Amino acid sequence: MSGAAGSLRVAVVDYGAGNLVSIEQALTFVGAEVRVATGPGDLADAQAVVVPGVGAAAPAMRRLGRAGLVDPLLRWIALGKPYLGICLGLQLLFDGSDEDGAATFGVIPGRTALLEDAPTLPHIGWNQVERRHEHALFAGLADATDLYFVHSYAGRPEGPGADAITLAETEHGRRFVSAVDRGNVLGVQFHPERSGGAGVRLLGNFVRWATALAVGAGAERSPVGAGGTAGGD
Amino acid sequence: MLRRRIIPCLDVANGRVVKGTRFVDLVDEGDPPELAARYADEGADELVFLDITAAPEGRRTLLEIVERTARRAFIPLTVGGGVRTVRDMRDVLRAGADKVSLNTAAAADPSLVTRCAARFGRQAVVVAIDARRIEVTEGTDPGGRGGPDARPRWEVLVKGGRETTSLEAVEWAVRAAELGAGELLVTSIDRDGTQSGYDTELLRAITSRVTVPVIASGGAAAPSDFVAAVRDGGADAVLAASIFHRRIHAIADVKRALQAAGIPVRTTQGVAA
Repeated sequence: MSGAAGSLRVAVVDYGAGNLVSIEQALTFVGAEVRVATGPGDLADAQAVVVPGVGAAAPAMRRLGRAGLVDPLLRWIALGKPYLGICLGLQLLFDGSDEDGAATFGVIPGRTALLEDAPTLPHIGWNQVERRHEHALFAGLADATDLYFVHSYAGRPEGPGADAITLAETEHGRRFVSAVDRGNVLGVQFHPERSGGAGVRLLGNFVRWATALAVGAGAERSPVGAGGTAGGD
Repeated sequence: MLRRRIIPCLDVANGRVVKGTRFVDLVDEGDPPELAARYADEGADELVFLDITAAPEGRRTLLEIVERTARRAFIPLTVGGGVRTVRDMRDVLRAGADKVSLNTAAAADPSLVTRCAARFGRQAVVVAIDARRIEVTEGTDPGGRGGPDARPRWEVLVKGGRETTSLEAVEWAVRAAELGAGELLVTSIDRDGTQSGYDTELLRAITSRVTVPVIASGGAAAPSDFVAAVRDGGADAVLAASIFHRRIHAIADVKRALQAAGIPVRTTQGVAA
């Protein structure tokens, strides 16, 4: 299923944030050709970018800065290319984080804040992801599917566009935004690469969505894989 | 709503899964990645590997096993045993673990918990506490209370249960959470491998004092024990080894029992590569 000609080239951004094996393996499993990106040159021939990560924003921004990746990632997003942020990779899209005061990408208006009224913190485990609108990312997944979370903070979209980009919410004490979509930018607070069959399906959906976006909607050849299972073309 | 997790635990020694009683008398139970993939497929919510290899040269074997497992089982993996430094933790995370469990090294130097949390985030730091009940009989209660009102106490053991410390388990649990632990893995050494049920008193004593999730460990025999660990002990997750390894109960049986008791669980099946 992996490495076939025509499969989507995905750059997984590595800035020392821990476990990359899982996301690399899960994306490979659904048919992507994965390259771990440690510098701007590694984004050159990629068709989609995945920014994973757990932990705090300030050290992540420092490490991304040292790797020379902040501006290339901002340009990537501005050029309308497919981006998936996972956990910290989603939180970095907002203006800044209350966790350590770090200024982050500023792509989505709002801040990353501590989960309010949470019965346990960190929020660790499987929880229901309730969709606020339809998106190809969740194709074939039942609403309120259980996906795996491990975090204490979450991004809060603000301003007039907040509702439109809120793709899913989850309840732990109070409701928080667990997925966002704005054009070419997707972000999920849960970890699809650690969410069993449902997560693998979601990553397969991402690969198909990103392939369609990368080749352009009017392309002759459909990038969507045959059959309903997770996989490349 | 957040689900309560069922976590098979794989004790790993020299590259194999083993299981003992009260941490001794080890019996071979199989190949770690193979068993991990089976559990992921059967609906395990998470996996824990505890490396009980004493020799340092076993570390390389462990890292290879972690990587092989992370490539096959798309569910979270916590790895513990022998992690003494921030660098050890980095190696284990880079091999494919999502969380690292600290035990002996954290008890010896609690600042390790803070340093690991600062580097990788507290959600990646699990502090494992091996607790043994201190028998308090009337007249000998160190608090001088004695009798039926005497509160039970537990001492913390380290080095795989072979060495005592001056730490009291509940106080250590509270402190570990303050230091930066994102989760606590609480094992009753009295119950471990005995199939006499979880020490729900120990669990309750800890869960009533901390807000971080607590994983119950040691003593599982029947699905009703898992229910008791959550309902009576307040555990967020429940861990077991031999009853799953030996197919005495399936993960699905345990989840059905929890569901019947009104406890939310994930019922979707997992996949393994």
